[in-house]
Amino acid sequence: MIPTANFDARPVPAFGGFNLTFLYLEVRRLLRNRRTVLLSVVVPVALFFLFRSARRLPAAEGANFEAVTMVGIAVYGAMLAATSGGAMVSVERALGWSRQLRLTPLRPAAYVAIKLITAMLLGLVSVLVVFVAGGITGVQMSAGTWVLSALLAWVTALVFASFGLFMGYVLPTENVMQIIGPLLGVFAFFGGLFVPLSLLPSAIQSIGPYMPTYGVAAIARYPLLGGTFDPTWLLNLVVWTLILAGGAMVLFRRDTRRV
Amino acid sequence: MQEHLPAVELDGIDRSYGSVHAVDGVSFKLEQGEIAALLGPNGAGKTTTLDIILGLGRPDHGRVAVLGMSPQNAIERGLVAAVLQTGGLLKDLTIRETVELTATLFAKSQPVDEVLKRAGIDGIAGRMVRKASGGEQQRLRFALALLPDPVLMVLDEPTAGMDVEGRRDFWNAIRSDAARGRTVLFATHYLEEADAYADRVILLRQGKIVADGTPVEVRSLSAGRSVRATLPNADEAKLSGLPGVRSIEVRGDRVLIQTTDSDAVARYLLTATAARDVEIVAQNLEEAFLTLTGEDGAKANPVGGAA
Repeated sequence: MIPTANFDARPVPAFGGFNLTFLYLEVRRLLRNRRTVLLSVVVPVALFFLFRSARRLPAAEGANFEAVTMVGIAVYGAMLAATSGGAMVSVERALGWSRQLRLTPLRPAAYVAIKLITAMLLGLVSVLVVFVAGGITGVQMSAGTWVLSALLAWVTALVFASFGLFMGYVLPTENVMQIIGPLLGVFAFFGGLFVPLSLLPSAIQSIGPYMPTYGVAAIARYPLLGGTFDPTWLLNLVVWTLILAGGAMVLFRRDTRRV
Repeated sequence: MQEHLPAVELDGIDRSYGSVHAVDGVSFKLEQGEIAALLGPNGAGKTTTLDIILGLGRPDHGRVAVLGMSPQNAIERGLVAAVLQTGGLLKDLTIRETVELTATLFAKSQPVDEVLKRAGIDGIAGRMVRKASGGEQQRLRFALALLPDPVLMVLDEPTAGMDVEGRRDFWNAIRSDAARGRTVLFATHYLEEADAYADRVILLRQGKIVADGTPVEVRSLSAGRSVRATLPNADEAKLSGLPGVRSIEVRGDRVLIQTTDSDAVARYLLTATAARDVEIVAQNLEEAFLTLTGEDGAKANPVGGAA
């Protein structure tokens, strides 16, 4: 029956409404979306096989080309996955679901946390799938390098989860990935994910370091390639993360403010 | 005593959007257990008022309390829930999954099966949301609103765009739920909905309350009722001196009296004259609505709150 007494005593959910069942249902929803799965799992694997078979380039900077390509494609996959996960916000705002959620105790920060974790989980799947494809087809790396580069390719994708969120708040549309997808392709190519920058024309080499993919690609390949760690990689990653996560935060505040 | 806290208390609420005064000094108190309709034409300030009660919007001035606390606190505790025009649904979930997902967000929620049943959608729980009709989606929103077992249920034009059957099913679900004691505040521009489902009507016009009372009171506010009777040689001077009488028309033996106090007229006719065939015809809410919300209707006097 309708309770009347002691309204103040009614409980408020812990963690602003964040809970594992919610997370599980969100992940299941993401996996049910065929386009997202295609984009974050099938496309990277297909690209990997394409690049592997289409060109037999000389070993880049002392390491085998297959491994360099594999790590680059894994970063690309993690980036697609993380961005699509973050961009779910866009779809949910377009549908009005965000407004529906504001009638529940769910705190906006808990909502964003759920979106980021979901995006990163999909990114992890993407990295693992590409690495498994690499392993099966004979890519050679030391055990430590396998683990470390997978971890780096995955963790650095956080910048793209922020990018997805950012775009989600900029473009409230159900087709946001059709706009972002090609943009990610451009970032990936010019940042040297598909083919290392050193093998590309010099004009591209001069644009490359400004791409949001540049730092991520170089850092994820560092365990494989070794050599000196170039601080501009980290600078690139930090600056882009600040821009995208900061932008997403500003837009998110504006979106959830009471008007 | 918590039981005696008003469900909603608005005190001098103002809200402007640029130069448009959407809500202009609205005050009312809704007691627990009332079923009230916020009635008015488009742009009267209904949605803005409800948004303020739900904490989705903020008043420029004035005070709002929901069960004695801020709207945000009431939402967090699941004390107030709403079915909004603009609340979207995820198309890639089934009806049951949508309820399951939303249920996880509340500290305490009603069993999913029970909520589905009470909203009348237990038979279509496995259907994808995108395949559900507008009426079914609206009952799903109602199911979501039932999850926290709220004390106050707010509905913003809940049947807009529904066909007749969908509208009837929806109101049946609301009505059987309200019978259990829940307070309901709904906005509508369908007069018949306010008349049929509310026991109190708050009439809004250009952001101001122009009438507040039972549907019967609101109806009688503008032109009141007409009393007709057969009365040969009617004493017009005497009749026009009765309280509330506005106009008298005599057609042969028939008199037609427009009045805001039909009881007084009827009592007089039946006790002090030879009148027979006395008829009292209520003006329907539609006419009252048009009179009160029309351009020159603002001067009508609100009657006291129904509470």
